[in-house]
Amino acid sequence: MRPDLEIIQQWIQPNSKVLDLGCGDGSLLHYLQTTKKVYGVGLEIDATNIQHCLDRGTNVIEQNLDEGLSNFQSESFDTVLLAQTLQALSKPDHLIDEMLRIGKNGIVTFPNFGNWKSRLYLASRGRMPVSKFIPHSWYNTPNIHFCTVKDFDALCKERNIKVLARTVVDLEHQGSWYMKAWPNLLGEIAIYHISKNTD
Amino acid sequence: MPDSIPTDSVGLITPQVYKFDEPLTLRSGTVLPEYELVVETYGKLNSEKTNAILICHALSGDHHAAGYHSESDSKPGWWDSCIGPGKAIDTNLFYVVSLNNLGGCAGSTGPASINPETNKYYGPDFPIITVRDWVKSQHRLMDRMEIPEWAAVVGGSLGGMQVLRWAISYPDRIRHAVCIAAAPKLSAQNIAFNEVARHSITSDRDFHEGRYLEKGTYPKQGLMLARMVGHITYLSDSAMRAKFGKSVSNFEQDTAENFGRDLWSGKLSFGFNVDFQVESYLHYQGERFSENFDANTYLLMTKALDYFDPTVDFQGGLSKAFANSDCKFLLMSFSTDWRFPPERSREIVADLLKAGREVSYLEIEADQGHDAFLLPIPRYIEALSGYLQRVHQENESDAS
Repeated sequence: MRPDLEIIQQWIQPNSKVLDLGCGDGSLLHYLQTTKKVYGVGLEIDATNIQHCLDRGTNVIEQNLDEGLSNFQSESFDTVLLAQTLQALSKPDHLIDEMLRIGKNGIVTFPNFGNWKSRLYLASRGRMPVSKFIPHSWYNTPNIHFCTVKDFDALCKERNIKVLARTVVDLEHQGSWYMKAWPNLLGEIAIYHISKNTD
Repeated sequence: MPDSIPTDSVGLITPQVYKFDEPLTLRSGTVLPEYELVVETYGKLNSEKTNAILICHALSGDHHAAGYHSESDSKPGWWDSCIGPGKAIDTNLFYVVSLNNLGGCAGSTGPASINPETNKYYGPDFPIITVRDWVKSQHRLMDRMEIPEWAAVVGGSLGGMQVLRWAISYPDRIRHAVCIAAAPKLSAQNIAFNEVARHSITSDRDFHEGRYLEKGTYPKQGLMLARMVGHITYLSDSAMRAKFGKSVSNFEQDTAENFGRDLWSGKLSFGFNVDFQVESYLHYQGERFSENFDANTYLLMTKALDYFDPTVDFQGGLSKAFANSDCKFLLMSFSTDWRFPPERSREIVADLLKAGREVSYLEIEADQGHDAFLLPIPRYIEALSGYLQRVHQENESDAS
């Protein structure tokens, strides 16, 4: 399983309702269905991924996240997931608002652009970082809204979003004390568990 | 028939007739005292009786969905591209049941049948049948065939509406609902096209208020016109451009420069004759249809479409109707379908989600318009096939 998904699944309650935005080949939902008996629905636009979902019996709706989620009822899911998709959305902040309208809580993961490697790449070469993790050139990337851990923290504060948990990991999804100490500098993938702030 | 039966064909098929003596009370309140349903089956029912699939036909379809009736048949059944050994609806795995709906004209009791009470053709006296009535009669057929549960009910267009009705009326008898290119109910534009079709039939001087068979005739011109109008709504603009534009032989090529204006005889007639291929094609389609289809059945089928609205008995709309539909759903639509466009399928999906149902939905890129649901479009076939393979695997794991 992809590193971020391993951590995410720990936050999903058994028998809960999960909406996975950009569900890929449905492997996480399928895992949650079989191990936690969740009611899961995935949204996806890639035809090959959609076929994989059908083949493994995972509910999948062909729907473009950039066209909104108005077809989903408020509070109709327990958890709404957005794994490694935030940076590819045209209006990521709107989608996060929508996630917390539809779900009681949300889980967001994204590549942390504040990682030292990105900083070093940009500082030393003066060019947009291209790596194994972010393998696209600036002109043909689907990733149009990169952000850092600090940026996301700021958005949560601005939108009055409660951060239930935050963790950062490297590409092998290993965490460590030093990543906890300097998440924005050392974390490669940021993983947030969020909810509406009802206080 | 081709020189030899293709290996992926179900082969030569003999329809069976099931006679029902128990009166059927229809949605309209009318009672049909007795009726017959003509049925074809493909594949074998397994010993656990868990592998049966019901096929619901659309407006002009019938029970003959796959294979051939005789050596002299030039064409196989209407959904032969999808039903057969190794095909998307795999007859090696599934027992496929396909019937001609009540009110049809291919062998089941309908307006062209003899009314036992009068010994004359039913004609216009045949009661109006709704989608719910069809599903009720299919449910009786299922009991008669001793099938406890459908592994899946599958249908496109008006057939897809029957699939939805199955999930609403008999949720305990259906495990999967596959609804293709359908709509939750008709729009004013849909009804308008149907009314043009009906009016062209009823205003034909050979219609004789529906008693044309007694007079030894039929409203040929009216049926032709009805079919010509209908046919245009099944195709898309791009499909017509491709079909009637020689310069473009397939959809992949740019159709922007092509208007599908191929001439019929190579030059303009400067008269009110057939000038373009598309005109000749529509005439041919209308003519062929009028010779094989009963006008009263056409009227009935279009009314069944117009009346379809599963929300009528449920306060709060379609999602309430699906409250007990705990089967799994697969919906598919086609990008250029303007009869039942993707938005209509998305409406159904939204209500299924609202009802907390298990649902998958695909929007297939296809240039062929509404007709696409009958055509072997690779992504569509792969999706249907993959989904049903999964249904089969569920069967296997339940049995073990």
